[in-house]
Amino acid sequence: MKLKTSSKLEKILANSHLAVTSECGPPRGSDPEVIIKKADMIKDHVDAINITDNQTSVTRMCSLAACIHLKHMGLEPVLQMVTRDRNRIALQSDILGAASFDINNILCLSGDHQSFGDCSQGQNVHDIDSMQLIQTVRHMRDEGKFLGGDHIKRPPKMFVGAAANPFADPFEIRVPRLAKKVAAGVEFIQTQCIYNLDKFEQWMKMVCDRGLHEKVHILAGMTPMKTAGMAKYMKKRVPGMDVPDEVVKRLADTPKEKQGEEGIKICIEAIQRLKEVQGVRGFHIMAIEWEEKVPEIVEAAGLYPRPKVD
Amino acid sequence: MIVADKKPIEEIVEEIKDKEKILILGCNECVTVCEAGGKKEVGVLASALRMYFLNQGREVRIDERTLERQCDHEYLEEVRDVIDQYDAVVSLACGVGVQFMAEKYHTTPVFPGVNTSFMGVTEQRGVWSERCQGCGECILARTGGICPVSRCAKRIFNGPCGGSTNGKCEINPELDCAWQLIIDRLKALGKLDDYEKITPIKDWSTERAGGPRKIVREDVQQ
Repeated sequence: MKLKTSSKLEKILANSHLAVTSECGPPRGSDPEVIIKKADMIKDHVDAINITDNQTSVTRMCSLAACIHLKHMGLEPVLQMVTRDRNRIALQSDILGAASFDINNILCLSGDHQSFGDCSQGQNVHDIDSMQLIQTVRHMRDEGKFLGGDHIKRPPKMFVGAAANPFADPFEIRVPRLAKKVAAGVEFIQTQCIYNLDKFEQWMKMVCDRGLHEKVHILAGMTPMKTAGMAKYMKKRVPGMDVPDEVVKRLADTPKEKQGEEGIKICIEAIQRLKEVQGVRGFHIMAIEWEEKVPEIVEAAGLYPRPKVD
Repeated sequence: MIVADKKPIEEIVEEIKDKEKILILGCNECVTVCEAGGKKEVGVLASALRMYFLNQGREVRIDERTLERQCDHEYLEEVRDVIDQYDAVVSLACGVGVQFMAEKYHTTPVFPGVNTSFMGVTEQRGVWSERCQGCGECILARTGGICPVSRCAKRIFNGPCGGSTNGKCEINPELDCAWQLIIDRLKALGKLDDYEKITPIKDWSTERAGGPRKIVREDVQQ
C-alpha cells in the first residue's frame, strides 16, 4: 500500500499490524503538565494518542495546542476536530495550523450538542458536518486546494479518521453510514465503546460483506468500566451506548473494591475476542481519567510491545 | 405559520408601567392561530393590565384593537388616525409586525407582547413545533420531505449523528431524531438507496449568514 502521509498510524496499519491508539482529554486550565503527564503514562504502549476537542461540550484547553505538546514530546497525536464550534474558515485554518506542526492525523466529528456542557446557552455552528469535514481534509490534502478553490502552498498531509457507532439507531443504516464515510474519503475509523460484542460482530460481518473492511481501517473502541455505577450510568444515560445487562450484572456482583479490576478484565477479554474478528485492524482504548491503566490492558491483551516503524 | 409564545406579563409591565395611554394591538394572522396574539389574547392581556394598574391605584387607559395583519402597509395604516392618542403600543404580532409598526410610527414606542419563536405547525391544540428555518435554499426534495436544518439539533446534512437513540435526539428524549424520520420516510417511499448519496456542503449565503435578506420580484411590482 502506498502511503499518503507521514502518519505513523498509517504506517502501522499499512504494515498490517494491529494498531493501538488511546486518548487524553485536555485540562480545564492552561497547565501543559496535565497533558504531558497523561501522555507519559501511555506513550510506550500506544501508536498514537487522540486529543479530544472540548468533549461533552465542556470548555477545555484546545485540542490543537495539546497536540503540539505531544509533538514536542516526540509522540504521534490524533487531532480531534468537531464541527460544532468552527465554521469552514476556522476548520481549514486550524487544519493548516496543525499541519504546520506536522500533526499527521485528524479525527472528524460533529461533537456532542452544547446543551450537555458548560455553555448550554451558546450557539452551535455546524456550518459543515463530520462527513463533509472528511471531504474537506481530503480535498485540501489530495487536491491541494481550499474549499473556495484557491491553491494551498504546502497542503496538509493528514491521515483522515472518523468515528462510527455500530450501536446507535437506526441499526439498518449503520453500515450504509460507514459506506458513506468511506465514500467521503475516510481512511481509519475509531468506533464507539463496545460492550455488546455480539452486536458489534454482527455489524462487522455486514461491514465485511460489503467489502468496506478493505477500504478503511477499523479500530474497535474500548473503555474499561471503573464501577458498576459507571456501567449503569452508561447504559441508561449516555446516548448511543449499548451496555448489555450481563456486563452490568458481572460488575454489580463483584465486591466494590474489586469492580475496577473486573472492569479491566472485561476489557481485556473483549480485546482478545475482537482481535480474531475479520476487519478489526486495531483498538482505540479510551480509559476515561484512568490513563494509567492503559499499559496494563495493552500488555495483558497481548498487544505489547508496539511495533517500530520508520 | 410563524409561531409565537406569550411574554410573561411582568416583562410587559416593566416596559409600560410609566405609560398612561396604551394600545394593545393584536394580529389576525399566525399569532391568532397559535393563540398568542389574536383578538382573544389582546382581551386577556388588556384585562390583566387594567387589573394591574387598578391595584397600583393608577388610572391608565388601555384600548384593544386587532388588525388583519401587521406585516402589510395597508392594515397598519388603519391606526394612523388614532396613533397619536397613545404613548405606547404593545403589539402582539410577531417580531415582523412589531418592527413594521415601529418603522411606520416613528415617534410612538412599540413593545413586543410575544416572543416570536419559529415557523411551524399545530401538532394538536396547544402544541406547536418547528418545521422551517427559512434557509433560502430548500433541500426537502432530497430528504424525504423532512428538514434536517430545522429539525436536527446539529442541522446535520448527512446524519444521523451517534446520539440517535430509539428514534429520539440526544438532547431530549421527547424530540424525534430528524434523521430517523428521514430514513423512515425514504424507506416508505422505496428510496432508501438515496441515503447513501452524500449531501454536499451547503451554501449558507441564502440564510441568515448572508445578512438580512430581500426578494425583489419585478414581475409582480406595479
